[in-house]
Amino acid sequence: MSTVIDRDAEQANQREQWEGGANIGHVVQPGELDLSHDVILYLDDITVSFDGFRALNKLSLAIDAGELRCIIGPNGAGKTTMMDVITGKTRPDEGKAFFGQTLDLTRMSEPEIAHAGIGRKFQKPTVFEQHTVFENLELAMKADKRVRRSLFARLTAEEGDRIAAVLERIRLAGAADRSAGLLSHGQKQWLEIGMLLMQEPKLLLLDEPVAGMTDDETERTAELFVSLAGEHSLVVVEHDMAFVEALGGKVTVLHEGSVLAEGDLAAVQNDQRVIEVYLGR
Amino acid sequence: MRTPLTVRLFAKLPRAGWAALALFALFAWVWVPVAHLALPADHALHLSSYWVSLLGKILCYMVVAVAMDLIWGYAGILSLGHGLFFALGGYAFGMYLMRQIGRDGSYGADLPDFMVFLDWKELPWYWTGSDSFLWALLLVVAVPGLLAWVFGYFAFRSRIKGVYFAIITQALTYAAMLLFFRNETGFGGNNGFTDFKRILGYGITTPEMRVILFALSAALLAGVLLLGRYLVTSRFGRVLTAIRDAESRVMFIGYNPLHYKLFIWTLSAVLCGLAGALYVPQVGIINPSEMSPANSIEIAVWVAVGGRGTLVGAVLGAGIVNLAKSWFTVSFPEYWPFFLGFLFIAVTLFLPNGVIGLWSKLRGRHAPATEEEAEPAPAPAAEPAVLTAPPTESTRGAAA
Ligand SMILES: Nc1ncnc2c1ncn2[C@@H]1O[C@H](COP(=O)(O)OP(=O)(O)OP(=O)(O)O)[C@@H](O)[C@H]1O
Ligand SMILES: [Mg+2]
Repeated sequence: MSTVIDRDAEQANQREQWEGGANIGHVVQPGELDLSHDVILYLDDITVSFDGFRALNKLSLAIDAGELRCIIGPNGAGKTTMMDVITGKTRPDEGKAFFGQTLDLTRMSEPEIAHAGIGRKFQKPTVFEQHTVFENLELAMKADKRVRRSLFARLTAEEGDRIAAVLERIRLAGAADRSAGLLSHGQKQWLEIGMLLMQEPKLLLLDEPVAGMTDDETERTAELFVSLAGEHSLVVVEHDMAFVEALGGKVTVLHEGSVLAEGDLAAVQNDQRVIEVYLGR
Repeated sequence: MRTPLTVRLFAKLPRAGWAALALFALFAWVWVPVAHLALPADHALHLSSYWVSLLGKILCYMVVAVAMDLIWGYAGILSLGHGLFFALGGYAFGMYLMRQIGRDGSYGADLPDFMVFLDWKELPWYWTGSDSFLWALLLVVAVPGLLAWVFGYFAFRSRIKGVYFAIITQALTYAAMLLFFRNETGFGGNNGFTDFKRILGYGITTPEMRVILFALSAALLAGVLLLGRYLVTSRFGRVLTAIRDAESRVMFIGYNPLHYKLFIWTLSAVLCGLAGALYVPQVGIINPSEMSPANSIEIAVWVAVGGRGTLVGAVLGAGIVNLAKSWFTVSFPEYWPFFLGFLFIAVTLFLPNGVIGLWSKLRGRHAPATEEEAEPAPAPAAEPAVLTAPPTESTRGAAA
């Protein structure tokens, strides 16, 4: 019995400290996101092997607070695996992964990482198809997510407004009561982005967010992401170069599980090794 | 400002639900007592004791079906061991019933007959307190609840799911059955408990007691339905169905599925225990065959037939299958297993959403279905493909 309750308490604690700590500034408490060095995500020498095959090979990466970073790389480069490591889905064999200065991601569970402030959009849109668009956002909403609260939870007016605002932002206000399973592919992508916004994360991980979108939708997504940067930090994995260009941030090229090149898009595109990786073989 | 739970519990029921509940109450608490107790035996509307007991028994099964639906239909966890929790509730209350026999057993001893037969001189320690009604009630809730909690904690923590979970629950109930078959276990071996005489000092076979047990079973069912309705329409219920459809996704938005599953799983077991406790005095016997794997499978069949993912479906399924069963066992007992197997295959192939699904489909042809009914009944969705990351063409080459 005690284990579960302890974890509950732990999570609540963490959340409280995080919320309370946001205004305090530099007093570092355990469990609090510490951005004192302006680095929100720090990966160092991460290695992940699947049956001897190294999906990530001594990968090191640092994302600044408020940064918008694009990750590109050929299929199988390890982009999704990297996100799996950051969100706690996959444990690295070696290496360090820190959120802020103090939170060791390799020791936290998926829900704990989500509570700490990392939100993720999956490569294949996964929304709750049987639930309505509204319910999808409600479930994702930043709130006390323990059983005993969800049993008695009622939507407050303020929470209703938050959901309405996000519905506007993702242009699904008219579809709020439709089953998410009935949405188009592009709309599902937007809904998932909306779910991410409801979580109010500090760091957003977006795995191929514009796959299957029309050019128009892609453009609007780029605008949305640019507007989010600053207040949030974003890591965007994308194959669509026009989209990457529209985002305008720093670009990291992954290849065979490690960083091949880093810099602005133009520089990276002129890098001889990058050209080889994309054109060769 | 929070509205009290009881208010919200009732506020959520639609008008049709209220009407059905009122009809049910009228039937169970007025008509059955009158028809059984007041009308003379030769009256055309007299309800025989056979029927009161049969219906009371089916009410208990309905509770089990709802409990099963809560975890299978809503949380996507198929248990093939729910008969165990039902039987444990039955045994827990049966211990009290055995003690109530007092010295009226065949040996006229203080100990239950089977203990005298085994030449035991005193009650085993775990029978302590079994002569107290309240202690028995506590055990009815605590034993299935505790077992479910411990089992569920380890199973869910190890992320055991689907078919593996179902098989383990089968093994669990089978192991328990073998244990209870042994005389040394102290629960009457393969004969179990029977020849009950009294509850709280009142005769157990009197018509009045029969009606009281029936009315209590009806009350339990009504309560369980209201509770179930509250749960599945709450945010908790939405998280449950989300876990059923895409568990990993639920974790990444910050819910811990372990706690959610554990809660509904334990609650489900406790409800089964309560149903078992009311079942035993009505049928007058409890023995290890209640724990047989086939019994637990039958529970899943009720829910599948009725339509999982709807509470009404579970109740209907339990009613239909069990009425059919009692007809078969009177008319052609040897064909029942075949019929049950046939029913399961037919439902799986032609009625994936059970009787309820069929009904709303038929209705949908005439009138536009309401939001709730239009929703395709939940087939537990497979894990999203991205989460298992199938190797792509290029990576397969790289790995080789
Ligand atoms: N669970 C797993 N088991 C075995 N191999 C895996 C697993 N997950 C990923 N891989 C392998 O690790 C490598 C990196 O995969 P990953 O999904 O991270 O690539 P990616 O860069 O996201 O590719 P894409 O652009 O196609 O999405 C691939 O070779 C993949 O086959
Ligand atoms: Mg990928």
